[in-house]
Amino acid sequence: MTAPAGHAVPAQAPWTPSPVQRERDAYRRARARRSTLAALVSTVALTAVVVLGVRAAPGWPRVQASFLDPEVALASLPRVLEGLWLNVRVMAVCAVVIVVVALGLALARTLHGPVFLPLRLLATAYVDVFRGLPLILVLLLVGFGVPGLRLQGVPTSAVVLGGVALVLTYSAYVAEVFRAGIESVHPSQVAAARSLGLTRGQTLRHVVLPQAVRRVVPPLLNDLVSLSKDSGLISILGAVDAVRAAQIATATHANFTPYVVAGVLFVLLTIPLTRLTDVLARRSGWLGAQSGLAGAGALR
Amino acid sequence: MTGALDTPLLAVRDVRKSFGEHVVLDGLSLDVHAHRVVVLIGASGSGKSTLLRCVDLLEDVDDGVIELEGRDITDPRLDADAVRARMGMVFQSYNLFPHLRVLDNVTLAPRLVHRTARRQAQDEAMAVLERVGLADKARAFPDELSGGQQQRVAIARALVGRPAVLLLDEVTSALDPELVGEVLDLLGELKDTGLTMLLATHEMAFARDVADEVCFLHAGRVHERGPAAQVLGDPLEARTREFVRRFTA
Repeated sequence: MTAPAGHAVPAQAPWTPSPVQRERDAYRRARARRSTLAALVSTVALTAVVVLGVRAAPGWPRVQASFLDPEVALASLPRVLEGLWLNVRVMAVCAVVIVVVALGLALARTLHGPVFLPLRLLATAYVDVFRGLPLILVLLLVGFGVPGLRLQGVPTSAVVLGGVALVLTYSAYVAEVFRAGIESVHPSQVAAARSLGLTRGQTLRHVVLPQAVRRVVPPLLNDLVSLSKDSGLISILGAVDAVRAAQIATATHANFTPYVVAGVLFVLLTIPLTRLTDVLARRSGWLGAQSGLAGAGALR
Repeated sequence: MTGALDTPLLAVRDVRKSFGEHVVLDGLSLDVHAHRVVVLIGASGSGKSTLLRCVDLLEDVDDGVIELEGRDITDPRLDADAVRARMGMVFQSYNLFPHLRVLDNVTLAPRLVHRTARRQAQDEAMAVLERVGLADKARAFPDELSGGQQQRVAIARALVGRPAVLLLDEVTSALDPELVGEVLDLLGELKDTGLTMLLATHEMAFARDVADEVCFLHAGRVHERGPAAQVLGDPLEARTREFVRRFTA
């Protein structure tokens, strides 16, 4: 009764858990230990079954020799790594361009009024077309069609054209992610901003977009992970990326191990991105309205 | 405490709950006897909602014991879902499921939790909707109803499982003033049927009408408790007096 009104009792208050609570905590700890142990045992058992099963297969020695040769792996690693560096650079540049183009497309699609009809239609048509076209077709059409025009000043490098194709396709996807984010911001937010005298543009820039972007960060990172893998497709235009380097090494050594090496490197590249997605999604405040509410945690 | 007659239906003993550094319930104790209506009053942040959420096991207590019908429901060995099914909870902002019609909102728990056949669940739901005066809205979606109607549906949804106790968390705070009356009238009728209720409210006049006992929460404890007329009309504690004066002025 001594605490002042409206103030929390300091955490250093002389509170020690009661015997009931200590017993409860002990039970919960024991239960957590049991579940961890069960998960561990089942994981090890499953892994053992799979490994032993594969190794017992009649063709295993030959598969091991042609896909998992350590010497070939080591020999091909430098070239494949060099190729992967190209993937990383393509991905980084494309990601920036994609975000800018996609945001433009998303904004164009949310514009109101008859003046903007052509812009809105154009953006809609663009998204429809490039979401529908398989990426590999866009790559082939851009990669072989654009140089065929023999226009002055238009790049013919496989890397640049491959990057353009990635941007064309991914912008359409990412634009839809942004648009979903923009439309998920409650109309009352716009009403509040406009009631303060902010213009439509100011409302979009300072109220709607900040909330929309925060909400779509996890799906955006998902698309970034996807992009990092699809950057390997530029190899079909002849760019020497990780996939192409692995292909060359495979031919050189008459052994498929370099493909496995490239695969492992791609996984290692995307794991940090995937973890980052999880962390951002979990961090409160980034998921928008839901995460900070009472009862947002798990119920027993 | 063991005598069958005077065992409270709901007993809260020395419950403590903190969020990070912020201690919301600091050893709070409270009894609710069967067929009684206990009203929680107190400033915002005094722990009314947290107490109700702890009782409904929507929050785990940090310490202390909550007994329902003589059984410790804070025991982690207990099936919390089964315990929650024994209680009804009504929230400040209704929390109806917007994708389900009124009837389906009410029959969801009977069908999934109590495994009632669809036809029987619908009959029971219609009876409860009748009781809250909304049988004609059974096919409507929540967003087609007024706030007061939505809250009455939420009460029907909580009642349909025949809960041992109904928990109500400031159920009129989100309503337009002209809609408050219909919800409070309904709660008055429910009291007359002998339903046990623990409710948090800022409506002092309503508390005076409906409460068998009023508890004033302050600093995470029950600061003062007693019959409504006494706590609201002639409080013993200075802090209660100040709070009641501010709210009835």
